[in-house]
Amino acid sequence: MSYMKFTVSALAMAALSATAASARDQVQISGSSTVLPYATIVAEAFGENFDFPTPVVEGGGSGAGRKKMCEGVGENTVDIANSSSKITKGDYELCVSNGVTEIMEVRFGYDGIVFASDINGPAFAFTPADIHNALAAKVLKDGALVDNTAKTWADVNPELPAQDIMVFVPGTKHGTREVFDEKVIIAGCEENGTLAAHEAAGAEDAEDACMALRTDGLSIDIDGDYTETLARVDANKNGVGVFGLSFYQNNTDKLQVATMNGVVPTTEAIAAAEYPVSRPLYFYVKKAHIGVIPGLKEYVSFFLSDDMAGPDGPLAAYGLVSDPELAETQALIEAETPMEAIQ
Amino acid sequence: MTDISPTSADAPKPKAHGSLLEATPLMKRRNAAEKRFHAYGIAAIVVALLTLTVMLFTIIRDGHSAFYQATMTFPVTIDAAVVDKTGSGDVAEMSKVTTIGYARILGESLVKYLADEGLVVEGMTDKEITDMISKDAPARLRDRVLADPSLVGQTVTVDAFTGGRVDGYFKGRVTREIAERDSNVTVTQLDMADLMEEAGVLRSKFNWSFITAPDASDLRPEAAGLGVALLGTLYMMLLTFIFTLPIGVAASIYLEEFAPKNRLTDLIEVNISNLAAVPSIVYGILGLAIFINFAGLPSSAPLVGALVLTLMTLPTIIIATRAAIRAVPPSIRDAALGVGASKMQTVVHHVLPLAAPGILTGTILGLASAAGETGPLLLIGMVAFVTNYPASPLDGGFLDPASALPVQVYSWASRSDPAFIERSSGAIIVLLIFLFFMNALAIVLRRRFERRW
Repeated sequence: MSYMKFTVSALAMAALSATAASARDQVQISGSSTVLPYATIVAEAFGENFDFPTPVVEGGGSGAGRKKMCEGVGENTVDIANSSSKITKGDYELCVSNGVTEIMEVRFGYDGIVFASDINGPAFAFTPADIHNALAAKVLKDGALVDNTAKTWADVNPELPAQDIMVFVPGTKHGTREVFDEKVIIAGCEENGTLAAHEAAGAEDAEDACMALRTDGLSIDIDGDYTETLARVDANKNGVGVFGLSFYQNNTDKLQVATMNGVVPTTEAIAAAEYPVSRPLYFYVKKAHIGVIPGLKEYVSFFLSDDMAGPDGPLAAYGLVSDPELAETQALIEAETPMEAIQ
Repeated sequence: MTDISPTSADAPKPKAHGSLLEATPLMKRRNAAEKRFHAYGIAAIVVALLTLTVMLFTIIRDGHSAFYQATMTFPVTIDAAVVDKTGSGDVAEMSKVTTIGYARILGESLVKYLADEGLVVEGMTDKEITDMISKDAPARLRDRVLADPSLVGQTVTVDAFTGGRVDGYFKGRVTREIAERDSNVTVTQLDMADLMEEAGVLRSKFNWSFITAPDASDLRPEAAGLGVALLGTLYMMLLTFIFTLPIGVAASIYLEEFAPKNRLTDLIEVNISNLAAVPSIVYGILGLAIFINFAGLPSSAPLVGALVLTLMTLPTIIIATRAAIRAVPPSIRDAALGVGASKMQTVVHHVLPLAAPGILTGTILGLASAAGETGPLLLIGMVAFVTNYPASPLDGGFLDPASALPVQVYSWASRSDPAFIERSSGAIIVLLIFLFFMNALAIVLRRRFERRW
């Protein structure tokens, strides 16, 4: 039958091309969905202006990206892992045990995390202590740790509007959640004295006790991305969502942003360290692939060039807070310095 | 009982079989039940149709605007001092000028052209005018000049998209009120856009590049297109067809015509049915482990996608193919065997040709469901930002990174710029059209070649 012949020849062709085209000629990147838009902007400009093909950028989350990079050295593993948090000790050890001993850690800027609510609702001016008082499972009341019963924001702080508490926080698999826990919840816990109370009560890990959020449905974990949070805020006009600064800036038609400690989140305020809730963004480069995968080094240098990551570059236009120590990172890339082992 | 029987003898007989025209209570009940049964059926169809209508309506309402795009047309003088500093006309030398240089040329030309045409908005800066041009336009101009270096120094007419926000203004997504709060667009830009439209500089045009262009980054939603995703889906469907058909047909023929009926074949049969119900993401995990980690095939490649989809659709295709083979009447086989054909001749010369339309229909329907699948592709790296078209299949294009239509829908739906929501719905429309043609092909094949006994 003729289609049999066709099949056999097609299979043979595929097998042949598999061996012939085994040399990969484009950079492959995987990881954080927060870094994804920045990486695609750079990849696109890189493909346009260089003779190398456009790098392939995948999302999937910081942890998943790092694990993919740590699978080993070779063309069928990714070259760069985007990450919205620093690499963990576990991931680093996984890398080393799989032969990925030299990793370059590249910090390319900062990202702000903002609280935003429906455009037509009241304006909010939060402090980390307010957020902790509204969302924690246990709060300090008259010197004693009690279950959180606050129903409206006015219950938490009389200066806030009397609107029902409903906060959409990033789910635990998000890199954003770590920053939210560290810079908002724990900072607030310390501010309002709950941390000290937990310690006094003999909690094994007072910070962990602080991070326990209420489970009566007023603090809602969102495991999807910011578009899901936006959809939830859109549907629940009382809701307050946690977003990345760039996401908020693209959706000012639906959202208004809350101040934190009286500071309006802007790239300038974050660069000046006035706005407290921000985090560095990283990507990790597998050094063994430099010189093997064409364009890898060029892509990394291009990413960190002033034209891209500088304060007037397209990344800043999209919402990246550019790194004041950019020149040092550029030097690090030029020298291909790998990161030090995590102890 | 005994004292009733004599009287009943002369009384008129009870109407056990009354006139059919006269409704007995039982008949009424039965008729009512039948009417209700009809009503349930109609209600079910109405509910299904309503859901479909609502779904189609929202998709088309949100997505139709992706097919046209605000485009401005203006003359651009390609300044030799910028693009060809050495004046050599050497392409390699000229390619050192990046899109930033071309963006400046475009911006300056637009500012000059608008001033010449007398289109002026009070208090508008040159930067605001420049920012109205899509970030994609410099790259297109650069490609055009590098492809034809003789353009240097000439004045050419350029069709450039406007930025996503200005385009959104013409589509009703952005209003002046929103623009005041938005850091990506200013009210003066919208005023200028109105002026330019009146003067005919700016027009809404059918956007072919939505279908042909590759994906674009978050800074230029207006330039994002489905080209790579369409090619990727096409490659995957082609390969899946090539892989599934022989395996599916061979397995079905053996099971139907040759295999003995025993416990082993029963077990195989049960397992095939079970596999058809396995969640598709499982095949993605399997594909990652076998094809990428073990066999070392590249990730994001249509070949790997096709292999995974093959695993996923094979059970469905085997079930459909077996049904088609079983539908060939035994008399055909008996006649063939009776005139001395071997078992293989019977199958190849008679059973298979008669079952072919059914087999093809089943295969195409299986492929159509595979075409809309995202889950298994998530794990093998096809949910990615890919802007280079895969090469032709003869140049190893099956191993080049590519995207797929359902994947593009998913990734656009999670971008931050609202302009991508419209494109996501637009991609659904294209996917639906793609599936419509596949299913139509299946129906045509069945109608044309089907034989009834």
